[in-house]
Amino acid sequence: MMNRLTLDLWVGFFVAIGLASLLFLALKVGNLSASNGGETYRLEAKFDNIGGLKIRAPVKSAGVVVGRVSEIRFDSDNYVAVVAMQVDGRYKFPRDTFATILTSGLLGEQYVGFEVGGDPEMLKGGDVIKKTQSAVVIEKLISQFLFNKAAETGEQQQ
Amino acid sequence: MSVESQPEPLVELTNVNFAYDRRPILTGINMKIPRGKVVAIMGISGGGKTTTLRLIGGQLKASSGQVTVGGQDVAGLDSGGLYRLRRRMGMLFQFGALFTDMSVYENVAFQMREHTDLPDDMIHDLVMMKLEAVGLRGVAHLMPSELSGGMARRVALARAIALDPMLMMYDEPFAGLDPISLSIIGDLIRSLNDALGASSIIVTHDVQESMKIVDYIYFVSEGKIVAEGTVDDIRNSDAPYVHQFVWGEADGPVAFHYPSRTYGEEIHTVAGHA
Amino acid sequence: MPERIADALRWLGKRVNDRLWRLGFASRFFVMTLLYSGTAMRRFFLTVREIYFTGVLSLIIILVSGLFVGMVLGLQGYDTLQRYGSSEALGVLVALSLVRELGPVVAALLFASRAGSAITAEIGLMKATEQLSAMEMMAVNPIARVVAPRFWAGVISMPMLAALFSAMGVFGGYLVGVQLIGVDEGSFWSQMQASVDFREDVMNGVIKSFVFGVIVSWIAVFEGYDAEPTAEGVSGATTRTVVTSSLAILAADFILTALMFRGA
Repeated sequence: MMNRLTLDLWVGFFVAIGLASLLFLALKVGNLSASNGGETYRLEAKFDNIGGLKIRAPVKSAGVVVGRVSEIRFDSDNYVAVVAMQVDGRYKFPRDTFATILTSGLLGEQYVGFEVGGDPEMLKGGDVIKKTQSAVVIEKLISQFLFNKAAETGEQQQ
Repeated sequence: MSVESQPEPLVELTNVNFAYDRRPILTGINMKIPRGKVVAIMGISGGGKTTTLRLIGGQLKASSGQVTVGGQDVAGLDSGGLYRLRRRMGMLFQFGALFTDMSVYENVAFQMREHTDLPDDMIHDLVMMKLEAVGLRGVAHLMPSELSGGMARRVALARAIALDPMLMMYDEPFAGLDPISLSIIGDLIRSLNDALGASSIIVTHDVQESMKIVDYIYFVSEGKIVAEGTVDDIRNSDAPYVHQFVWGEADGPVAFHYPSRTYGEEIHTVAGHA
Repeated sequence: MPERIADALRWLGKRVNDRLWRLGFASRFFVMTLLYSGTAMRRFFLTVREIYFTGVLSLIIILVSGLFVGMVLGLQGYDTLQRYGSSEALGVLVALSLVRELGPVVAALLFASRAGSAITAEIGLMKATEQLSAMEMMAVNPIARVVAPRFWAGVISMPMLAALFSAMGVFGGYLVGVQLIGVDEGSFWSQMQASVDFREDVMNGVIKSFVFGVIVSWIAVFEGYDAEPTAEGVSGATTRTVVTSSLAILAADFILTALMFRGA
């Protein structure tokens, strides 16, 4: 049988590198350091169209991640999408903050962007953001572009 | 053990029946193992001898009848009581059954570590004492795989007597040993029994070797006791089964042929099929 | 003809009956293992010793396989992603596939064939050579002394091995993606960090590997304990351990994935 001390050493080494790799996954691969599990508050916003927005998509303001989308549901009374977000408790936003659904890059993931207004009163947990702009749906954009082009050429020919 | 119960045997089997999957293994067994004696249970292989040991050790429960050890009904014990009883029993398995992942030393120390809080140096002394008793102090540091069959058997014996049991059970202790190891084991069984003041049960089919060391013999055949007596009784017995067994005759009450159709009939039918 | 059908039904019934009986026995055995775990915890050295055999001795195969799986993911992922001009997402692809799926599943499959089969063979041989019987006769419960430490060692080792596999795989993907192909190092890591969520992805992966650890260890100790005490019996049980636990891992993985990632 193996010497007990050697065996303890090996098992200790094994557990240590096991935990180290878990730490590596948590900090370097995952975003444990960023999300820090601190306090958050809930905001809601209504959009006519959320495009491809998904749960856990980031909420950014000035390019910095300030929260995550926590829930998406359909409001069948007003026929709009209701997006709930958990926003980092360290950040406060004015009541007239403007929420937009944006896309990072041409085909990248979609996120909610906050553009800050000038209201002195701040949003509290459970508040609903009034001013929103829906996702840009690329098909609509293209058809609009083609329609405009067609109209232009039609005008020129006349 | 109380002294006044001396005439009462240490182990007693009364009218024991045992069946495995409705196949009867033992029927109507009555057996007494007196204190301080060495008793042999003999018979051909597959005759239910090992089953008898397992009934006494509580690893199997009798279908009917009673098995008592030291006045306690084995079948009636809960697992705690059974384990307490087993601490006072030692068993030598057919091929030693040493723990292959432990050294000889750890094998012998196993029960002391499991059941006592003795300090390491005291365990060391005890282990050496037990190994000395079987003459194998020199192999303490070896692994079981490095031992010969005879030595492994002796180490297993040292392990079985680790806690000075009141009852020793031997399952085919002579099987597969060379003549020298065989008589070493035989002598050890007798001398350890007397030194420990224990009682011993030997299950064996080795007539000559066991006749030298035992006090009393039971013959078991097809699940029944067919003969019993002291060594002299058995040697002089003219019961056909005992005679065949003791003198090692090929044919007799235990037939050479396994029950079957007649030879001619067999050949005929096989030819018919082909 | 009706007798044929009756025979077939009888055969089917017997098989179902046997299977159910065995499953029931395995469940009872599982409960007993948990009940008799006191010794494995109190005398923790018994478990530490088994962690050496199940965990430490599986290190090499886990680390090497993890590295290669990660490197292959790096190559294949790059090949696909660069067609869509998003090769910076390589880190995300490598990390997510490893942390969520490949790490726990492949590590568990390797663990089943490396450590699980060894556990079954060892316990089966102990049974065949009457070591378990001898232990019982020495008033030591083999479930407490032999089975439980091996079970817990497997349960403890498995998440470690899966984490090591994933970490090694991410490193392999990094080697191929960044060092060999030349994907931008900054975006490799930052995109990965932005998309891999600790709780949703990493922790769910750990939970998966824990569940797999329980499944594999349970099957391994049960097959060993239940093995027929002969050479063929033990080798059959060893094979069954690998086959049954591999199937169980994949089935459990599907169920866990459906439960964990349905919403996202």
